[in-house]
Amino acid sequence: MYRYDEFDQTLINERAEQFRRQSARRLDGDINEDQFKPLRLMNGLYLQLHAYMLRVNVPYGCLSAHQLRRLAHIARRYDKGFGHFTTRQNIQFNWISLTDTPDIMTELAEVDMNTIQSSGNCVRNITADHYAGRARDEIEDPRVWCELLRQYSVLHPEFSYLPRKFKLALTGSPHDRAAVAVHDIGLRLHHDNQGRPGFEVIVGGGQGRTPVIGKTIRQWIEPRHVISYVEAILRVYNLYGRRDNIFKARIKILVNAIGIDKFRKLVDTEWEQIRDTGLQVSNTEFERINAHFLPPDYENLADQGDELAAKRTREPAFDAWMRSNVTGHKVPGYAIVNISLKAPGRIPGDISADKMEHVAALADQFSFGELRVNHRQNLTFVDVRQIDLYLLWEQLVALELATANIGLASDIIACPGLDYCALANARSIPIAQDISLHFANSGKLQQVGNLTINISGCMNACGHHHVGNIGILGVNKRGKEYFQLTLGGSADEHASLGIRLGRGLPRAEVPGAIERIVDTYLTIRQATETFLQTYRRIGIEPFREAVYGPVNVSRRVA
Amino acid sequence: MAKILIANRLTDGLVVFYAVDGNWVESIATGQMTFDDAAADRLLAAGLADEHSNRVIDPRLIDVTKTAGKLIPAVLREAIRAHGPTIAVDRTL
Repeated sequence: MYRYDEFDQTLINERAEQFRRQSARRLDGDINEDQFKPLRLMNGLYLQLHAYMLRVNVPYGCLSAHQLRRLAHIARRYDKGFGHFTTRQNIQFNWISLTDTPDIMTELAEVDMNTIQSSGNCVRNITADHYAGRARDEIEDPRVWCELLRQYSVLHPEFSYLPRKFKLALTGSPHDRAAVAVHDIGLRLHHDNQGRPGFEVIVGGGQGRTPVIGKTIRQWIEPRHVISYVEAILRVYNLYGRRDNIFKARIKILVNAIGIDKFRKLVDTEWEQIRDTGLQVSNTEFERINAHFLPPDYENLADQGDELAAKRTREPAFDAWMRSNVTGHKVPGYAIVNISLKAPGRIPGDISADKMEHVAALADQFSFGELRVNHRQNLTFVDVRQIDLYLLWEQLVALELATANIGLASDIIACPGLDYCALANARSIPIAQDISLHFANSGKLQQVGNLTINISGCMNACGHHHVGNIGILGVNKRGKEYFQLTLGGSADEHASLGIRLGRGLPRAEVPGAIERIVDTYLTIRQATETFLQTYRRIGIEPFREAVYGPVNVSRRVA
Repeated sequence: MAKILIANRLTDGLVVFYAVDGNWVESIATGQMTFDDAAADRLLAAGLADEHSNRVIDPRLIDVTKTAGKLIPAVLREAIRAHGPTIAVDRTL
């Protein structure tokens, strides 16, 4: 993985010291909150309901065991002993003191980590497929490009005050695990008709109060031009994006307002002027960055067919975990292992400092000392020898980290919601807990199969409810929490936005409604259809009827 | 309805309440309650002065009710601020 060079290190150290001076001036009363707020936000420090919250970047989800130990230390020393992994592959600490924040930044800088641009109207942490570099279906590892784009966009003076925040996601595989279609810019590596790898550039996707599936602005672009093309898009957005209305300021609004064809013309005109400048990625620069992403020292191993099969037969719990949490690796004899942070009744994405340290030790023992944070708020070991799978599973079982539910109904995305977040209208985490416990008790998890349930506590959609197969949006109606369900969302290469099922439900009715939706699916599915396939075949009506009764019953929307 | 003055403390961001002695306290139970508009105005003025002198951020009056001897803010958001997250705080995972 990428290690800071002297330029990165100097920049990050200077930034930490700059924030030390800024916060000292605030604490001394030299600057007031209105003056300080933009400065702290540029460094990922929010003021939430109960305390300051610090968001730490995990660039494209890549984390070393060493870094995870430092995060554990920060959780223990400066917070309440836990952290929260987010849908943007970052980690958040919920109970941070302003007086401690400069020290935390210094401690992060010592392990090549920072909080820069984890908030504010700038290019945010760049996210990527958490299987990058390891997936069997991958065309090319996108992490080199993620890192180049990270270096390009950090503290870029022209793009530090964009009309609104700006999110990029990259994938190098045909199967999209990075939700690239719902980002401001999505980059998808694929081959052109001559077999050359290049990026499809998708622009203007996003969730929030105006969910939009991004549009392809360019079908294929040579990778060496990707930075200049991204810059052309940013320039057009910076110039024409709205600044008069925060709700109309994202690039998706601009693209929709002028149309993708006109937007493309503007971008291409801009691009013509900068394409062949220093923004072009030279082979030398590519190789310099690529050297950080060379494969680890794999052993020459064969796939473990019979031996694993025998263990799976003997141990049904291991078999269930293998089915849902383990996936194929491009190198024979290795596997990708997902560690679920979604045990029944637990808080999605939360992990204690103790468990962070245990996971770090397991990463050292089983996966070359590295791991990934994925956007579904779980962790991933990408380089596990297949002969070690059983032993790793046993150790994860001992740590209560072997929940076999990746991609299943209890693998729920949930934002912090009204329990922490100053923007939220309703709670998300308790709903996730209710539903995961409900599925654990019903015993239907494996039978239902792949099903994503995503929960947001407000229309800002940090919980990705628009692209959940079942989405849940918390709303506040006359002081009470209600939850609106959407069906049919998907974040993969066939991305779609969920359709509202009907009026909002009180919390107590949500698990029952989910159960009726799932039972309807189990009754009408054909052969091996997933929930989403069934929904796309028959539409929303049978599910609507299952939740609200026959059509002529009033369906007033909450 | 009775009112109480709530804010976040500048140094650590924790939720605090204005107390009778002019200090900010972490427990709502020891916060100063007011029952009339004139007293509420005085309380808010004291809070704004403390915001100006960089002790607290965003002081505001909130409605509270007393239920079974416990002060509960009328709005859920403020109730969660006053009494903490509603989720179980089992941090073993």
